[in-house]
Amino acid sequence: MDLQIALLLGQDGVTNGAIYALLALALVLVFAVTRVIFIPQGEFVAFGALTLASLQAGKLPGTVWLLLAMGTVIALIEGATAVRAHRFRRLPLILLLNCGAPLLLAASLLAVSPAGLPLPLQVLLTLMLVVPLAPMLYRLAYQPVAEASVLALLIVSVAVHVTLTGLGLVFFGAEGSRTPAFTDVSFEVGDAVLHGQTVLVIVASILLIVALYFFFERTLYGKALRATAMNRTGARLMGISGDLAGLLSFTLAGAIGAFSGVLISPITTIYYDSGFLIGLKGFVGAIIGGLASYPLAAAGAVLVGLLEAYSSFWASAFKEVIVFTLIIPVLLWRSLKTRHVEEA
Amino acid sequence: MRIKLLQASLLAFLGIVLAVGARAEINVGVTLSATGPAASLGIPEKNTVALLPTTIAGQKLNYIVLDDASDTTTAVKNTRKLLAENRVDLVIGSTTTPNSLAMIDVVAEGETPMISMAAGARIIDPMDGKRAWVFKTPQNDAQMATAIVQHMLDNKVRTVAYIGFADAYGEGWWNEFSKIAEGRKIQIVGNERFNRADTSVTGQVLKILAAKPDAVLVGGAGTPAALPQKSLKEKGYKGLMYQTHGVANADFLRVCGKDCEGTFLPAGPVLVAAQLPDGNPIKKVALDYVTKYEAMHGKGTVSTFGAHAWDAGLLLANALPEALKKAQPGTPGFRQALRQALEKTTNLTGAHGVFNMSPQDHLGFDQRARVMVRIDNGTWKLVE
Repeated sequence: MDLQIALLLGQDGVTNGAIYALLALALVLVFAVTRVIFIPQGEFVAFGALTLASLQAGKLPGTVWLLLAMGTVIALIEGATAVRAHRFRRLPLILLLNCGAPLLLAASLLAVSPAGLPLPLQVLLTLMLVVPLAPMLYRLAYQPVAEASVLALLIVSVAVHVTLTGLGLVFFGAEGSRTPAFTDVSFEVGDAVLHGQTVLVIVASILLIVALYFFFERTLYGKALRATAMNRTGARLMGISGDLAGLLSFTLAGAIGAFSGVLISPITTIYYDSGFLIGLKGFVGAIIGGLASYPLAAAGAVLVGLLEAYSSFWASAFKEVIVFTLIIPVLLWRSLKTRHVEEA
Repeated sequence: MRIKLLQASLLAFLGIVLAVGARAEINVGVTLSATGPAASLGIPEKNTVALLPTTIAGQKLNYIVLDDASDTTTAVKNTRKLLAENRVDLVIGSTTTPNSLAMIDVVAEGETPMISMAAGARIIDPMDGKRAWVFKTPQNDAQMATAIVQHMLDNKVRTVAYIGFADAYGEGWWNEFSKIAEGRKIQIVGNERFNRADTSVTGQVLKILAAKPDAVLVGGAGTPAALPQKSLKEKGYKGLMYQTHGVANADFLRVCGKDCEGTFLPAGPVLVAAQLPDGNPIKKVALDYVTKYEAMHGKGTVSTFGAHAWDAGLLLANALPEALKKAQPGTPGFRQALRQALEKTTNLTGAHGVFNMSPQDHLGFDQRARVMVRIDNGTWKLVE
């Protein structure tokens, strides 16, 4: 292995690591606020990438139907609750949010052909289609059992993951897709070629992480989320709605997932089920951070990316084994270092 | 009391009538991988089963199609269900080699013939008491690997690197290819693995480039096989590229795009049916299948995988009249007769080749069952 190979592998590792880092942050966020281990996080990567690919191919992405269906179900549930409580004035808002907005989006997709739109608009449309699925999932699958144990919530996550993977196969088919690169610029660094898209992934990830930092430090909603993460009951006593915190953290997780998918789809082929493995590697990163520390989770995810790149060079057949074995020494170290607190 | 007796006898009578009615029809059980990792192969097969004839030699055929989700345990469960509940006379499936291997014990125990749509030679080799019930329609990997090695020799390839799936498909190809290539004095300078869901193969590709091979063979199926090739091109690889017949569908061309220009692969003749010479008997059968499939699912949707299911249907149609002479459908005698008739298949032209079976060979393909194909302007071109 010479320096050029080491550089190329490093570049590859950091690019993948940046994506894993984003997902690790989302996983930590969701877990801290709602105690949900968000296995379907990876599905949002796949849905984001494949929805963008369908838009570019001029096809109507299947996520539209999922959005409409879930919106309708939520509207029915919320509507029934409102009617029972005689709060009829809430009905228009419920209908508008859950049925009106998705319908409008679907209608506009049918009216203009998305294939001809400029790339930023396509990305925006993709995010508008995929991101709302996350809070809707929270409303339908997690909110009714929000007070359940971590294990019960994990089981719900597995169910949601399997359902979404199945839907992904129906929506996008068994074969994968790739989207064209955002930019064709490339730089010569020494002997190695640095592609614009790789730089874009890293820069976008860093920007997103910085934005998240400011969100948590400077905004009211960010502080509310942090408060809920620290002490759920205390935060509720202070007037922070647990449901709102859940919805908000899921929206953020969905947005990070879908955006990661959009970023990564020009670099690699994405399949309806590739999200799971990508999400799992982000999860390894999050575990290194103990599912609590954001900087450690991000660093752990980059480490996973680098380890993956170098092990694919030395022992490609054992790459996944090496990456996932990493979790054992980390868990050992954590269990020795931290005192285990039994959950009430 | 009397009324109850009457009811009971009526019910019993009805039962007999229904049972006799069911006997007259032939039940064909199909288990295939319409979901899971092998879905890109299983879906066209499922679509093809819907095109198979529903009456052969005046007998009505029922197809019971189950999905095994590319999972070995489910394939076995499906097979047991088909045998026990649906009392099928023939099992078609499954899509993948591991699933088909696991099903052998079940069909042998139930004494029911089975036609597999998976490529692995071990499904029918070595021939023994259990495998006597098992037939298959796709070409063996060894046959395809020989075609690649021959093409490499003709193009003066001295060194070759291999990169394949880290699963049964990639391992199977590595075993066949390395054996044949070394026997023919081609030096193998690289052996790498990657996963279907990998987002990057940079490490493997760099290692291959460092070995400077004359040619690279990618042992993958469907669109995931495009990733190593795209990475190789991106890193400046200029040598020959080979793929396996596992990539022979339109989606692979779509995903790989211009990076796959000039790639060679062995494939069943159905892939380039229209380009076959008119004298080739396979041309007519293959074109017939392509026309039927595309009429149903749109132009350019046909893949070679579905044609394996079509060939299974042709084998059944050819063997049925013979078996019907000997026994009634739904009986063990019929299933044995069907097995014997399948084994006697001679000169049956399918979409993938000409079947000449024997008690030792339950595939029966010759050299006509494979052609070399080059990717040219985003289409498959027959190599003369």
